[in-house]
Amino acid sequence: MDKYILLDHGSGGLVSQNLIGSLFLKYLKNPVLNQLEDAAVLPPEHGQLAFSTDSYVVDPIFFPGGNIGELAVNGTINDLAMRGARPICLSLGLILEEGFAVEELEEIIKSIANACDYAGVPVVTGDTKVVPKGKADKVFINTSGIGIVEVDINVTARQARSGDIILLSGTLADHGITILTSRASLQVDGNLKSDTRPLHFLVKKIMAEAPGAVHTMRDPTRGGLGTTLSEIAKSTNLCMEIDEQAIPMHGEVRAACELMGLDPLYLANEGKCLVITAPEEAEAILAAMCSVSEGVDSCIIGKVTKKYPGRVVLTTTSGGHRLVEPLSGEPLPRIC
Amino acid sequence: MKYVDEYRSRELVDKLCNTLHRITTDPVRVMEVCGTHTMSIFRHGLRDMLPDKVQLISGPGCPVCVTPSGVIDGFIELASRPEVTVTTFGDMIRVPGARGSLAEARAAGAKVEIVYSPMDALVLAKERPYRLVVFLSVGFETTTPTIAATVLEAERQGIDNFFIFPANKVMPPPLDALMQDPELQVDGLLCPGHVSIISGSDSFQFLVDKYGLACAVAGFEPTDILRAIVSLVRQIQGKRPTIENCYGRVVTRKGNVKARGLVEKIFTPVDCRWRGLGVIEKSGLGLRKAYEHFDATKRLNITPVESAEPKGCRCGEILKGICGPRDCPLFGRRCTPGSPVGPCMVSSEGTCAAWHRYGGLV
Repeated sequence: MDKYILLDHGSGGLVSQNLIGSLFLKYLKNPVLNQLEDAAVLPPEHGQLAFSTDSYVVDPIFFPGGNIGELAVNGTINDLAMRGARPICLSLGLILEEGFAVEELEEIIKSIANACDYAGVPVVTGDTKVVPKGKADKVFINTSGIGIVEVDINVTARQARSGDIILLSGTLADHGITILTSRASLQVDGNLKSDTRPLHFLVKKIMAEAPGAVHTMRDPTRGGLGTTLSEIAKSTNLCMEIDEQAIPMHGEVRAACELMGLDPLYLANEGKCLVITAPEEAEAILAAMCSVSEGVDSCIIGKVTKKYPGRVVLTTTSGGHRLVEPLSGEPLPRIC
Repeated sequence: MKYVDEYRSRELVDKLCNTLHRITTDPVRVMEVCGTHTMSIFRHGLRDMLPDKVQLISGPGCPVCVTPSGVIDGFIELASRPEVTVTTFGDMIRVPGARGSLAEARAAGAKVEIVYSPMDALVLAKERPYRLVVFLSVGFETTTPTIAATVLEAERQGIDNFFIFPANKVMPPPLDALMQDPELQVDGLLCPGHVSIISGSDSFQFLVDKYGLACAVAGFEPTDILRAIVSLVRQIQGKRPTIENCYGRVVTRKGNVKARGLVEKIFTPVDCRWRGLGVIEKSGLGLRKAYEHFDATKRLNITPVESAEPKGCRCGEILKGICGPRDCPLFGRRCTPGSPVGPCMVSSEGTCAAWHRYGGLV
């Protein structure tokens, strides 16, 4: 196989077919994808259809805890799961820069295959384009996904009610701080790594525990917990009251945030889920979340009230109170 | 986390707040000079824990905010030259000058890179000998020593494609100027902790002697700040102004003599314009003759122009503590962190940004 991606690999001709056979089908093969038709045709399923899409341009493409490939698989699976859907298939669109190392592409495809196997969600259709050097940054990935939602399930940001309990499925800001420190080549002692992982098993467990009690689920990715909660507050015109002390964080993540002057509330998570639930079921749901590996650090971080409609209010570690506004602009490190 | 958690303890904060409520009998006006103090006070929600009689006023201590727009325009002009890569601390990126911001210049093709240390800029210059790498040298006493060390290192290694755009400032002259402003009424100063590590707490003694101002050097954690406010209230109400060092774990009376020596070797005091405050004598730092070849403005021929502040913007008065963000007609309307008009909205340490982000409850 060639060492580097050439424009020919995106031509649609023999060189493209060679790449598909020797790389994509080798790792991603399944009966639907193997047909190499223009569209995947899937058997009918009972329920509502959920459909989601997301593009991945993360830099660096390899980072502690994962790479752009598994991020693209898990990210779209999680978007489906947050609506209470059971993900059934994905599409995979790749935009490659001319000169990208085939070895690195193979690494990424392997990790996509592993993530799909682990999640039990296959890639059923795909596309590859190559653009001239400098017109893209190594590799961009788009994944879309289809999921099935049981007919009586309706999980949305608008369902949150006053009195509800807010739960978080684990530690905050792992992905965001890992990417920022790798980008800045900052050596931080400890074990910073991305939390990228699929959340649909966790969601299945939650929905099995108390299906009607779960009002809202969101994964606080870009913009972080602060922005996600602000969106929910705005769309419900309710107040999200959270307690800084209750939010779990790895020591090294906290330290890195302090060092770089970044607020962990605005950093991305790629394997965490915010659950808003009726108060009477909160303990049972918490127990269910803690019983699966991706939710062992779950905890209650706050409640929904009518105190400051449309706002998020944080009780700080020191006992003060402040508003949490949505993120504006990308988080920037500070001078002093 | 060690050295952090113990200074954020709810129990200790409660104790200090109770003391403050008990001892505060008369209204006191305290200026927090440093932007990091402003930010920390909001971030930890301290404002709503203080007695009503304690009024906090935010001062001119955010290096990004006080950089005049003419200098920002100079940064942008430099960045727009095809042979130049501009390196900067992150906060500078979104600050608007008269001709847009560095972020906009970058979108239009200028090479602008965020660094965490001036030494990173030097590494970049070494890696790209065919580019002229300029570090935008902004900051107070805290930041300047590392910049001085970087210039010395560039000299030692003979790197001739590395330059700085000198725009560093020092803290005592603007405080002196501020205190002479008849509009400003301040009883006490929360003195900047990090500046004091370098300059020493003695560097603020003149404020006590000359203006009878109560002074307390404070760290940046909630209990540090509250302790210093307790000290200020006691000094003000007891009419015994002095300078109390409430950040003894890192600040000494004399400061970091070695770091100051480094700065003095490279830089020399110059008259300097502050956004909103005007030109203040010997409040800035220029490169000494022996190091002038590192000065991007001279080598690359950039003349900072005087440009008017944006219309309606009250950052100047806000920086002086004469009015608050909510007194500005642009605040939260035309001027938001997403699309800032004035400098106080841009930096995360800026008074307006802090009020906008955290201030809605108080």
